[in-house]
Amino acid sequence: MPYGSHTADDRARMLETIGIASVDELFEAIPEALRAGPLRLDGPEPELELSARLAGLAARNRVDLASFLGAGAYRHWTPAVVDQMLLRGEWYTAYTPYQPEVSQGTLQSIYEYQSMLAELTGLDVVSASHYDGGAATAEAALMTCRATRRERILVSRAVHPHYRQTLETYASGAGLAAEEVPLVADGPLAGTTDLVALARLLDDPARPVAGVVAAQPNVLGLLEDMPEIGRLAHAAGALFVGVIEPVSLAVLAPPGEYGADIAAGEGQPLGIPLQYGGPYLGIVACTDPLVRQIPGRLVGQTSDLDGRRAFVMTMRAREQDIRREKAASNICTNQALLALAASIYLATIGPHGLRDVAAGGAARAAELEAALAAAGAPRMHAGAYLNEFVVRVPDARGVHARLLDRGVLAGIPTADLLPDEPALSDGLLVCATEVTTSAEIGQFASALRAELAAAPVAGGAR
Amino acid sequence: MSVVGERLQPTLFELSRPGRGGGKIPHPPADALDRIPAGARRAIPPALPELSEPEVVRHYVNLSALNYSVDSGFYPLGSCTMKFNPKLNEWAARLPGFAALHPMAPDALAQGTLALLFELEAMLAEVSGMEAVTLQPAAGAHGELTGILMIRAYHRARGDQERTEVLVPDSSHGTNPATASMAGFRTVTIPSAPDGGVDLDAFRAALGPRTAAIMITNPSTLGLFERRIGELLAATHAAGALAYMDGANLNAILGRFRPGEAGFDVMHFNVHKTFSTPHGGGGPGAGPVGVRADLVPFLPSPRVLRAGDGTFRLERPGERPTSIGRMRSFVGSTGVLIRAYSYLRAHGASGLCEVSDDAVLAANYLKTRLSGAYIVPFPRACMHEFVASAADIKRRTGVRTLDIAKRLIDKGYHPPTIYFPLTVEEGMLIEPTETESLETLDAFAEALLEIAREAGTNPDLVLGAPHTAPVRRLDEATAARQPNLRWQGMMGAERPCPD
Repeated sequence: MPYGSHTADDRARMLETIGIASVDELFEAIPEALRAGPLRLDGPEPELELSARLAGLAARNRVDLASFLGAGAYRHWTPAVVDQMLLRGEWYTAYTPYQPEVSQGTLQSIYEYQSMLAELTGLDVVSASHYDGGAATAEAALMTCRATRRERILVSRAVHPHYRQTLETYASGAGLAAEEVPLVADGPLAGTTDLVALARLLDDPARPVAGVVAAQPNVLGLLEDMPEIGRLAHAAGALFVGVIEPVSLAVLAPPGEYGADIAAGEGQPLGIPLQYGGPYLGIVACTDPLVRQIPGRLVGQTSDLDGRRAFVMTMRAREQDIRREKAASNICTNQALLALAASIYLATIGPHGLRDVAAGGAARAAELEAALAAAGAPRMHAGAYLNEFVVRVPDARGVHARLLDRGVLAGIPTADLLPDEPALSDGLLVCATEVTTSAEIGQFASALRAELAAAPVAGGAR
Repeated sequence: MSVVGERLQPTLFELSRPGRGGGKIPHPPADALDRIPAGARRAIPPALPELSEPEVVRHYVNLSALNYSVDSGFYPLGSCTMKFNPKLNEWAARLPGFAALHPMAPDALAQGTLALLFELEAMLAEVSGMEAVTLQPAAGAHGELTGILMIRAYHRARGDQERTEVLVPDSSHGTNPATASMAGFRTVTIPSAPDGGVDLDAFRAALGPRTAAIMITNPSTLGLFERRIGELLAATHAAGALAYMDGANLNAILGRFRPGEAGFDVMHFNVHKTFSTPHGGGGPGAGPVGVRADLVPFLPSPRVLRAGDGTFRLERPGERPTSIGRMRSFVGSTGVLIRAYSYLRAHGASGLCEVSDDAVLAANYLKTRLSGAYIVPFPRACMHEFVASAADIKRRTGVRTLDIAKRLIDKGYHPPTIYFPLTVEEGMLIEPTETESLETLDAFAEALLEIAREAGTNPDLVLGAPHTAPVRRLDEATAARQPNLRWQGMMGAERPCPD
């Protein structure tokens, strides 16, 4: 065994102390009829060979393309200090700070995370972390039902489809109804949440709504009228959940400013690698009155017997190990190390740096918009966006596939992301961040120009 | 480390000085945000702290020194399996080909990761005796929810709407009943028998046409293999219910017991326990779920599929309408799963068997060494962990398990899990794992024996512990009554960017 310490002598001494002849005797409680046969797995692989196997697998992935793909996970530059600090075993080989006297590092770091995310979201309370943006959004929706004792959730179709699907899974389990609010199909507000439809859905006294869920920026990158969505929700006695992207909160009005009661979102953009979907960081924040409904751990400040400042997990009567079937959620293990990564990222980059990340993405996106429009792919929507938008491309799926051969990952076809929206059948959702270069934009634009020129005029083209 | 003064380490907010830091990101053009409507813009910049990089480094290094970790010492936290976290796995997960791969990248760009995930699913299926595995769940509790939702879908697909109850032993993890509630079931708690196993008569009495599932941790949270598991499974299936195994303790029975083969229908793995992915100060974990053949249609989407030509792809949206749906944003906590894959490959079949053999041997050795000074309520052979009780010490000296745990800190150890399971008075759940040397086990045993003596000779020493930790015992009541959950009055960004 590669990581064990016992010699044959050690094992013999332990067996002797226990008073048995063989370790097999310790497993006699397993009924004979139910004992396992031999495992059909390969033999142990020495580190020399295993490291080559792992490097070989990693090399089979293609991460060298000029990428304009966002859609819920974003490529950002991360200062080297973040991973250097994360690699300290004192962080990553500790567990949940059940013994606060020997866990003050983790506890203080979580308190600092809660504080910084409260500042970013403009809300009062932030949980220690959740699994990811989708699960956080689902838990936020369930919170609105517990708090209002209502059973109907309205979620905008401009919320990431994976978040909506996760919410749907959670809601159906809990016996709750999740309904979708359509998008505006055309005109200046195309691609944003249809507020007329929202008002109509809210206006049903027989089926009162617990919570309204909308995203800023939305899944198409467009900015929503969040204050108005909040007003409509509150007028109907519902709570308002804002789905956030944390980098954007350096420059966009935060949930606390536009009247959200709860914020949920994906913390991956804060210094966490893409790594094919996880581990990521679910953010859940809320106003003070909702604190007893928030799922997951909370860390609070207190003092020790000598009056020295210290931190501890608190308000634990919401949690599964205390409340069992009456807990606010079943969550136990969360994403503490990712919350730490986000904290180190924010502490290193600072408020001005975070603004530059957000504004830098916006500037690159404007450059991308102009380049793609000049190449024959204009924006599909009229509304304002921050750093992600949809361009209209005939045969978007085919063009997207062919651009891969030209070294460009041209975002994602909207027909793949949102197959139920006919208005989006000819679109590519593309994104730029501070790491996008002019050279990459130029490569994308010229490759696209070449593809569009080569494409047959008939077929799927408009 | 003992610290003099009112605080251990200033917060980031106390260290912040307007004008510090910066220079990491080039400034974008001043008009970059002009096209954002004023109403959507943030009125006041977030007052995040401003620090120089050297200060950030010292802050996090100094904070880290206040933590106890597996890399610093023995961490016998029962039920959590705090074994060594191999360094190879940290290196592997950070390989750029893995780390920079976007979750929505086309399948053709993701063949390395998809191959790894596909192979990991097969290895976990082999270890568990299950037909198929989903890697999607982010943690054990998330795996439980996934599994119970599949069980719900299974019954409904058969037109059986009447099964509204989940049976859970009283010694179970709190996540089990909390999961049942989240999935819309009522929890029925089954008492334990005097031998620590499930009370079979009470269990049979509770089973019926309303039972959707039983959730059993095996080995149990008392560290005992459920001897009547055959009877429990037979009774469950005879009642038309399904059997869910909480695999938190799978690390004890690798190569000895395969839940799927034995008759469990669904189980989750805690890869941060059994397969040594780091606990991260509370996470991330990962909680893959294995199922028997008749539950495969309900697995969450997307699954990882292998095409006839040997390439891999993710299932497309809507491809399998029987699925319970999506449990999270993307396909899984891939960075964690890469580490688990590496661990499984490093051990292979023989190594995994040795993991369990050595973990069980170490636990029984410690149990033998401690019995006498501590009550061992279940004398039969334990699995990877065991419960010891200080009920007798408390009656004699007034020293409680909590005090003993705190005194262990003074002696250089992380305390075991205490007061869990709730069924044992003054219990401590001790899990040594297979990666600790015999010298470490002996020294820990000596420390606990010495504390048992101290409780008699110098109880105040134990009652006042810890004495050498960074802080003494905390005022948890005030923390809960007057919650202070965020720093008030942050000062960053109050001036324009300095450069």
